[in-house]
Amino acid sequence: MGIIDIRGLRKSYVTRGRGYGPKSKSTGEAPVSAESGGAPAGAGRAPAAEKAPRAAKARRGQVVVEAVKGIDLAVEQGEIFGFLGPNGAGKSTTLKMLATLLAPDGGSVRIAGFDVVAQPNEVRRRIGYVSQAGGTDREATGRENLMLQGRLYGVSAKEVTARIESLVVSLDLGRIVDRLGRTYSGGERRKLDLALGMVHSPAVLFLDEPTTGLDPVSRAQLWNQIRSLRAGGTTVFITTHYLDEADNLCDRIAIIDKGSIVAEGTPHELKGRVAGDVVSLSLNHVEDALAKAKELLQPEEFVRDAIIDQDRLRLTVEKGEAALPAILRLLEGSGIGVVSIALSRPSLDDVFLHVTGHSLTEAERTAASPAQRTGDSR
Amino acid sequence: MKFLTDLWVLFKRNIRASLRNKVWLFIGLFQPILYLLLFAPLLKGLANVPGFPQGGPYTVFTPGLLVMVAIFSTAYVGFGLVSEIRYGVIERMMVTPTRRLALLLGFVLRDIVVLLLQSLVVIAIAIPLGLAVNPLGLLATLGMMVLTGALMASFSYALALRVKEENSLASVLNLLSAPLLLLSGITLPLTLAPAVIQAIALANPFAYEVTGARSLFIGNFNNSAILIGVAYLTLLAGLSFFWAARSFRKGTA
Repeated sequence: MGIIDIRGLRKSYVTRGRGYGPKSKSTGEAPVSAESGGAPAGAGRAPAAEKAPRAAKARRGQVVVEAVKGIDLAVEQGEIFGFLGPNGAGKSTTLKMLATLLAPDGGSVRIAGFDVVAQPNEVRRRIGYVSQAGGTDREATGRENLMLQGRLYGVSAKEVTARIESLVVSLDLGRIVDRLGRTYSGGERRKLDLALGMVHSPAVLFLDEPTTGLDPVSRAQLWNQIRSLRAGGTTVFITTHYLDEADNLCDRIAIIDKGSIVAEGTPHELKGRVAGDVVSLSLNHVEDALAKAKELLQPEEFVRDAIIDQDRLRLTVEKGEAALPAILRLLEGSGIGVVSIALSRPSLDDVFLHVTGHSLTEAERTAASPAQRTGDSR
Repeated sequence: MKFLTDLWVLFKRNIRASLRNKVWLFIGLFQPILYLLLFAPLLKGLANVPGFPQGGPYTVFTPGLLVMVAIFSTAYVGFGLVSEIRYGVIERMMVTPTRRLALLLGFVLRDIVVLLLQSLVVIAIAIPLGLAVNPLGLLATLGMMVLTGALMASFSYALALRVKEENSLASVLNLLSAPLLLLSGITLPLTLAPAVIQAIALANPFAYEVTGARSLFIGNFNNSAILIGVAYLTLLAGLSFFWAARSFRKGTA
């Protein structure tokens, strides 16, 4: 059992409209995720709605959207765990349930051994949570923000003061801690948001899309700060729709799509699950050479797929390193000149494509358009 | 114990935010002061009209004005909550082990204190203009205003948590405020109104409050409007606080 233990977690809610309602309250996660596209108006689709009295029930002109459809997950202590998925996949909804802000319809969540529904205060004392909106009060200084938050966690004023000093050093808050929140830049605000989530030294830190809207420098800084948290033994659970963030920052990730986890593992494992490596070739005498090369290589056992992508031939192969010499030999043997050859590992986007049948960037476009109008309030 | 500590910490934070925003405190006072200076003098000519209450124009008008301050300085507090929800401040508080009731009370108590401060300024301005007031009656009136503030602030917060955005909140509040104001006798005493309007006004808690406050100001503690007003306001304040507390418990999601 991990420090976070999730079993069969479910949440659905009612939204207006004919099954494609881009309802978006304060959460950035729009319910368009659930494949409710064709559901007729008023069709209650919550599974076992009779069993779970809290489950949403649709009235006329409304539709029930399953935002989270039964998630099982275990996160180990001291890891950076990433929840990767497009906007509207159910990431924020899940995170809110883990952080005791939203009651689940079904399933259970235990954090550090405590149940989020039955013992919310025990859970709250042990977790920090930074929402997409952050939490920095514009009308107070950084210090006042931190003091209030620490006091609400039940830490004495003296201890909070000491803690603020140590956060000023570790998060480099020296220049902002005595200024009003409304004077902060995006990156500065994010830093204070993070500090607010850490003021009581929680064992588990939840960060909802921590780097959305940050410039590359602030983003890199934040990544480093998250890594140093892990070094101190803190478990960090982040949601993200950035592939590179999941890939570079996270020890393990779960890919979530339409309310369900579709894959889970280290970035390395997940990429290993996709059919092999990608070899990209550019050839002499482009027109017929590409077709000829494709014809030549496709029947080979190690080639899973061959696609002509504009002026290059893209091969998906099982073991890239072993395949390269063989490919070169074959092409040379039939007199096709190779101008350049590149071997690349599959990206997480390839993984996403592989497990969901659509690419993350594409999912992002379709899911985000109606939701983003009101969703992202920063 | 933690509840009281949290409440104090939250109240201090809210008060600090209000006092820092001096522009808003001034805007809140601007309208009542204008009424005192530009409207109350118009009542001088009405002093001999049958049905006009006892006392000079300022003694008749100031109690109504105080009720207006109580209603309108608290009715719009929901807007602040909407903005704090948007910036994640409320959620950030809700993720701590503090009780939701402390969050709500911290806001409502701040609103009541701000309201009382504004009322004292209004009274301080009205006295040199000609207001004569019974001190005990004033104290009792302030008590009714605390109830009014608790009622309107809770209502505004509950509504804000329900609609979560400014436009709907403004629509509902504006829809309610005009009839409440017109049917309360704040500007002109309802004793001047036709019987039909007087009858409708019987449903308005603020009408009793205004009549009661006028009576208290001249030292008459026997007017039945006082007791009815206090009972009515207590009931509504309780209901509306209960609604707000429930909304806070449900959270912002």
